[in-house]
Amino acid sequence: MMNDTHPHDPGLPLEPLPGHSSRGRLERILRRGEFAVTAELNPPDSANPEDVYERAAIFEGWVDGINAVDASGANCHMSSVGICALLTRMGYAPIMQISARDRNRIAIQGDVLGASAMGVQNILCLTGDGVQTGDQPGAKPVFDLDCMSMLETIRTMRDEGKFLSGRKLTTPPGVFLGAAINPFAPPYDFRPYRLGKKIAAGAQFVQSQYVFDIPMFKEYMKKVVDLGYAEKCFILAGVGPMASAKTAKWIRTNVPGIHIPDNIIKRLEGAENQKQEGKQICIDMINEVKEIEGVSGIHVMAYRQEEYVAEIVHESGVLKGRQPWKREVSRSEAIAAAHATEVQEGQLQNQQDMVKAAATHQS
Amino acid sequence: MAEAAKKPTGTAYQPSGVSPSRRAGRSYSIRLWSVRHSRFLEVIYNLFADFFLKLHPFWKAIGYSRAEKPVKFIERNVKGLLFDCRMCGQCALSSTGMSCPMNCPKQLRNGPCGGVRANGHCEVEPDMPCVWVQAWKGSQNMAKGDAILNVQKPVDQSLRETSAWLRVTALAAKAKEAPAQDQGAVK
Repeated sequence: MMNDTHPHDPGLPLEPLPGHSSRGRLERILRRGEFAVTAELNPPDSANPEDVYERAAIFEGWVDGINAVDASGANCHMSSVGICALLTRMGYAPIMQISARDRNRIAIQGDVLGASAMGVQNILCLTGDGVQTGDQPGAKPVFDLDCMSMLETIRTMRDEGKFLSGRKLTTPPGVFLGAAINPFAPPYDFRPYRLGKKIAAGAQFVQSQYVFDIPMFKEYMKKVVDLGYAEKCFILAGVGPMASAKTAKWIRTNVPGIHIPDNIIKRLEGAENQKQEGKQICIDMINEVKEIEGVSGIHVMAYRQEEYVAEIVHESGVLKGRQPWKREVSRSEAIAAAHATEVQEGQLQNQQDMVKAAATHQS
Repeated sequence: MAEAAKKPTGTAYQPSGVSPSRRAGRSYSIRLWSVRHSRFLEVIYNLFADFFLKLHPFWKAIGYSRAEKPVKFIERNVKGLLFDCRMCGQCALSSTGMSCPMNCPKQLRNGPCGGVRANGHCEVEPDMPCVWVQAWKGSQNMAKGDAILNVQKPVDQSLRETSAWLRVTALAAKAKEAPAQDQGAVK
């Protein structure tokens, strides 16, 4: 098994590999054919960085990437850019989500450059839930780009080194591009082709909506494999524990796009310890999906049950003894560290003196 | 006074039919008719586009800019009736099964979002059949329905409220003239 560490100094960021579009570990794991695990970080409603660090720490050593959600469900939280800034500073490997709902093409392209400069290696393009589902339904929905044109825009930035306008970039953002899929919403027969469109637009990996309906997912995956899409794109199946039958029912009726069959609800209702059963259902789902052809990994969405992610990953045994990333220094960190030493050693530039010197020199 | 203050105030006044895109309670029957007859409309449009292109010398004579206003008026009303056209100025109806994607509350141009309800209705407006579920149905009837699989460019907002018919005609005329000019240059 290959080891994802820098050959000379284990503290240094990884060197790019040929054929890879990012320096990230998620891309390495997937391209090497290992079963990847990603998880979703519950964004805090606070301005305290410790909140983000605490929530990320419970995933350490269990996942290959942490999704920083962008106001999911149109509810206001700490921004995905902010979370990614904190996560990359600590050496975690985030997957930055960008939703088309809140930003126009100017803001999105700027954020992509900023994120890549901070060391973000993975970006996931989403359309985003409508504003009506969130806590501020009076907001103006932007939807300037859709997920497809966003993928294409970022791919153009990366591969051709230019903005949507054609203006050149001096350093293109080396990111691994992702998208979302939902095989469980109509029009069902269009869904596999829509994945094909996303791949054509630039998607290299996709994360699916919660999988609770295995037969339906199998049918979708069969079509996807037949069309040859599974070779062009890594597919991560979305899974997650439901806290109780009541929560599952609430989610089914109130969160758009989540399909939970009745037998799952019945199984939860019948259980003595519903939380335990929810976790067991999640593990069962993982064991089912990992056998399906074309599935390259799982995406664990354990909203408000993040502490169970490690258990779920461990008990399902999908890592097969592999230990996902250790923390690493990002490239920008070396520059910041150099500045920090300068400040500590008191080598500060005195702007006034410099101006004075320049002025007297000239006259 | 104190009594009045104690009374439950209830919810604030809610105007009827409020929705994020202000289209609740509408009838979608004509729009749905157009999707059901997408094959027919495709043929009609192709004939019409050819006819419009034949009129190119006429448009050129009176000037495309002068033709813009009356043509836009007709286009807005005809397409408004048939498709609930939003005058984005870059019509995609031929590649969206004759279901106008600008009627999607998220204005998606590349297919349905993941929030479509199990009954095929919109996530944002529960009464409205999803524009893209309809588009998929409509495209199945059309001769060039596969165009729905092409990735569409983002909407150019600066073309809003302009005539797509004239723009397409002008571009087609230019494309037609270009090879002729090239040949002339070779000779």
